Amino acid sequence: MPVLECTGLGKKYGRVNALEGLDLSIEPGRIVGLLGPNGSGKTTLIKLACGLLTPSAGQIRVCGQAPGPKACAQLSYLPERMAVQSWMTAGQLLDFYQDFYADFRRDAAQQMLADLGLDPKKKIQQMSKGSREKVQLILVMSRAAKLYLLDEPIGGVDPATRDYILSTIIGNYNPEAAVLISTHLIADVEKILDEAVFLKEGRVLLHSEVDALREEKGMSVDELFREVFRC
Amino acid sequence: MKWKFSSDAPIYTQLVQQIQTSIVSGALPPGERLPSVRDLATEAGVNPNTMQRAMTELERDGLVHSQRTAGRFVTEDKTRIDEAKRRCASQQIQSFLEKMEQLGYSRCEILLLVEQHMKGEC
Repeated sequence: MPVLECTGLGKKYGRVNALEGLDLSIEPGRIVGLLGPNGSGKTTLIKLACGLLTPSAGQIRVCGQAPGPKACAQLSYLPERMAVQSWMTAGQLLDFYQDFYADFRRDAAQQMLADLGLDPKKKIQQMSKGSREKVQLILVMSRAAKLYLLDEPIGGVDPATRDYILSTIIGNYNPEAAVLISTHLIADVEKILDEAVFLKEGRVLLHSEVDALREEKGMSVDELFREVFRC
Repeated sequence: MKWKFSSDAPIYTQLVQQIQTSIVSGALPPGERLPSVRDLATEAGVNPNTMQRAMTELERDGLVHSQRTAGRFVTEDKTRIDEAKRRCASQQIQSFLEKMEQLGYSRCEILLLVEQHMKGEC
């Protein structure tokens, strides 16, 4: 059963079509890059999967479930913006997540905080932008979910931390779970992807295995993206 | 192992080449136990499925073999390793010859240049 399945999915904001007739299926064990220019519908798709938005047309299913509490229990979502209380410390956030999610792996979270030199006693509001993003990513990756939805997880951090985050994603690899990563930093993520999905104006322009694309086109996904979306 | 990837070829073929180089050069000696696919993938910063695919390819070439519970090992068959080494050498020579021909040298001239270079006259 696909971990994420969209059929004829559409979303309108007023008269603007953010997504239109989108069909997409993501199988367990896959790490998938959700790639597209600004405004192509990446965040809208992720928010629909989380149930933060409701579709205007079509269907979206997470592990066979319509968006709702059951679907949410299976998915771990990293929003584009900070979504944790900034008066809390990193340690308090771990408590909070542990209360909320049965699948929260506290040991893993503590290990990652230590690896990145983050003080569990420090408040989020006292941290730099990069450190806040790291804490949030740690919370998200410490869950044993079936679907990880990461909306631009490496945008705000330095290249060394980017490598750590990507190796965390690889290290957490679970053949029963899928990871969907939306990003503009294609060159950085493409080595860890199984598949790439190109979104254009709310539709799937291309959905293929990364190595098959490289073989067929003789170029990296990053180069292909620049060619396809040349302005 | 140091990993480097170029953008014009599939990742898995580059993994196969790099592991093969380590085996034929002796950096990974015959009979050596390889780290798990997950550890190798983390080290190389690549997708675990891609690393798995590279391993399958190397197994097909007979350069590594897996033992159900013990893990994956470099072959102890020296002739296989020598064959692979010869194949690598022949690929290198081929690509060298192509580049020299692009520069406009004939095969005879190339041979002469190589000989001169080896004697330190070039």
